[in-house]
Amino acid sequence: MIQVENLRKEFGSKVAVNGVSFSVEKGQVLGFLGPNGAGKSTTMRMVTGYFRPTSGKITVGGVDMLENPEVAKRSIGYLPENAPLYSDMTVSSFLDFCAELRGLRGVEKSKAVDRAIEMCFLQGVRYQSVDTLSKGYKHRTCLAQSIIHDPEVLILDEPTDGLDPNQKHEVRGMIKRMGENKVIIFSTHILEEVEAACSRAIIIDRGKVVADGTPDELKQRAGGAVRVSVHGVASGEVKEALSAVSGVERVEVTAGGDQSFAGRAFAAKGRRPADISREIAKLITAKQWMLEDLHPEEGKLDEVFRAITRTEG
Amino acid sequence: MISKSDYENIKTVFKREFFAYFNSPVAYVIVVIFLLATMSFAFFFGGFLRTNNASLTQPFFFWHPWIYVVLAPAVGMRLWSEEQRLGTLELLLTMPISPWHAIVGKYFAAALVWAIALFLTCPIVFTVFYLGNPDSGPIISGYLASYLYAIAALAVTSAVSAFTRSQVVCFIVSVAVCLMMTLIGFPPVIEAILKSLPSGMDFVVKGVAYTSFMDHFYEMTKGVIYPRDVIYFLSVVAVSLLITNEAIRAKRA
Ligand SMILES: Nc1ncnc2c1ncn2[C@@H]1O[C@H](COP(=O)(O)OP(=O)(O)OP(=O)(O)O)[C@@H](O)[C@H]1O
Ligand SMILES: [Mg+2]
Repeated sequence: MIQVENLRKEFGSKVAVNGVSFSVEKGQVLGFLGPNGAGKSTTMRMVTGYFRPTSGKITVGGVDMLENPEVAKRSIGYLPENAPLYSDMTVSSFLDFCAELRGLRGVEKSKAVDRAIEMCFLQGVRYQSVDTLSKGYKHRTCLAQSIIHDPEVLILDEPTDGLDPNQKHEVRGMIKRMGENKVIIFSTHILEEVEAACSRAIIIDRGKVVADGTPDELKQRAGGAVRVSVHGVASGEVKEALSAVSGVERVEVTAGGDQSFAGRAFAAKGRRPADISREIAKLITAKQWMLEDLHPEEGKLDEVFRAITRTEG
Repeated sequence: MISKSDYENIKTVFKREFFAYFNSPVAYVIVVIFLLATMSFAFFFGGFLRTNNASLTQPFFFWHPWIYVVLAPAVGMRLWSEEQRLGTLELLLTMPISPWHAIVGKYFAAALVWAIALFLTCPIVFTVFYLGNPDSGPIISGYLASYLYAIAALAVTSAVSAFTRSQVVCFIVSVAVCLMMTLIGFPPVIEAILKSLPSGMDFVVKGVAYTSFMDHFYEMTKGVIYPRDVIYFLSVVAVSLLITNEAIRAKRA
């Protein structure tokens, strides 16, 4: 549905996006992750036809964005960063305006506006001036604008920015629901959001794609760990014994003393924490230590994120 | 050449922009100032009541260019500066419309504000007809000249506003440009320049003066509508809108 090849964008001598390629098909929700200034918004602006890429190719539903922008833009709904709005309009007149630019007229238009207002929970502020809305409501008004024509492709730049926890939850749910029969690309700094809503995630750093995969695949990159806590034995002894277990890369002590140990055994690359905890259980039984806690911990996305985007910094 | 969807898109942008003028105090304030300025200049400086020939040329239209130099930028400065400051430019240009639809639609809205302002000066026309029996030719051509002047100044402002997100900067630069386009054709200024330069340079000065707004304006207020003057103002509009388009494109490239 969306194909992006070798996208590059320079601002003067500064390279904001440097050879980004990806493709997304119907039914996929793609999450964009990356540190501030990585080039997420710039990439989205090129895909939506706002910025002209320095080089590269973008096709949306088979239509070339650079050659035929007016047609390509029809199938896209876009929520720009910071949710810009015309401050002198009311919510409903703003949505009317956007619906008209999308070619909707008459009954069709009022139905579309009603639907968008309902989906974004804007009934209470329908006739309020955009100027006087709170930040979250402004954001929702702009979000409503992006879904007004029920587009095949939705591109959302930080859709949950400024929303309260309930609304964040609603919007995530909405993204997930709509993602079943649309293409959705959204950027976020909240990693749980990626796990909650995405079928695929791309991590961008300094203009380049540095990781691309399902959230589970990405998490596996972090490896996992096993939490262990035992009683009645010196922590040094436990640490030594755990380090010798096969598949354990290193052991971290979080609390230790003459009679107790609490810490983590990190799994080596390619080993599952669950396998290692079985080995550790055997060890503890053999040594007859008093077990207090033993459970495997999955890798965390934010660890992957930090590991990937920090290294070459 | 202009398809139905072109027309619909321009109309949508035009409608929004036009109502935006009247949703905020901008349009009211400017129309009122314009009316006060034109009337008071006509009565106090123009000697409207003293001239017995019941004509509008001298006392009324004479002042319009100077009023437009300040007021046209005040109307036009929000066209693209505001759009950039709010970030709505990104919204507008990712809609399935051509940038031209937006440029033309917004420009027409500002031009209509001026048409309304100018229309509201009609009481002064009734007054001259009441006072005497004026020739209606110069009145019609005067209004046409005045409107063309206004929309040319507006188009210049539209072009300037595409370069900056600050309305204040846009206003100051536009006033400066419009003032220059007016002064280089203002007879006292031309005479002063002609005197200070060697006579061999006369044709240069006259050539420059010919490109000014003022030169073409005066011809028309005398009661004769030459196509070349109308074409001149319309080309200023066309060139300014082309510059607007280029400036916006450069922002995105
Ligand atoms: N119009 C512009 N002119 C010059 N530089 C720009 C422009 N827009 C973006 N940049 C630069 O391009 C780089 C990428 O910016 P971008 O907004 O895409 O980052 P981002 O990944 O969206 O970051 P954030 O998480 O903070 O939103 C930044 O270094 C930014 O300064
Ligand atoms: Mg961003």
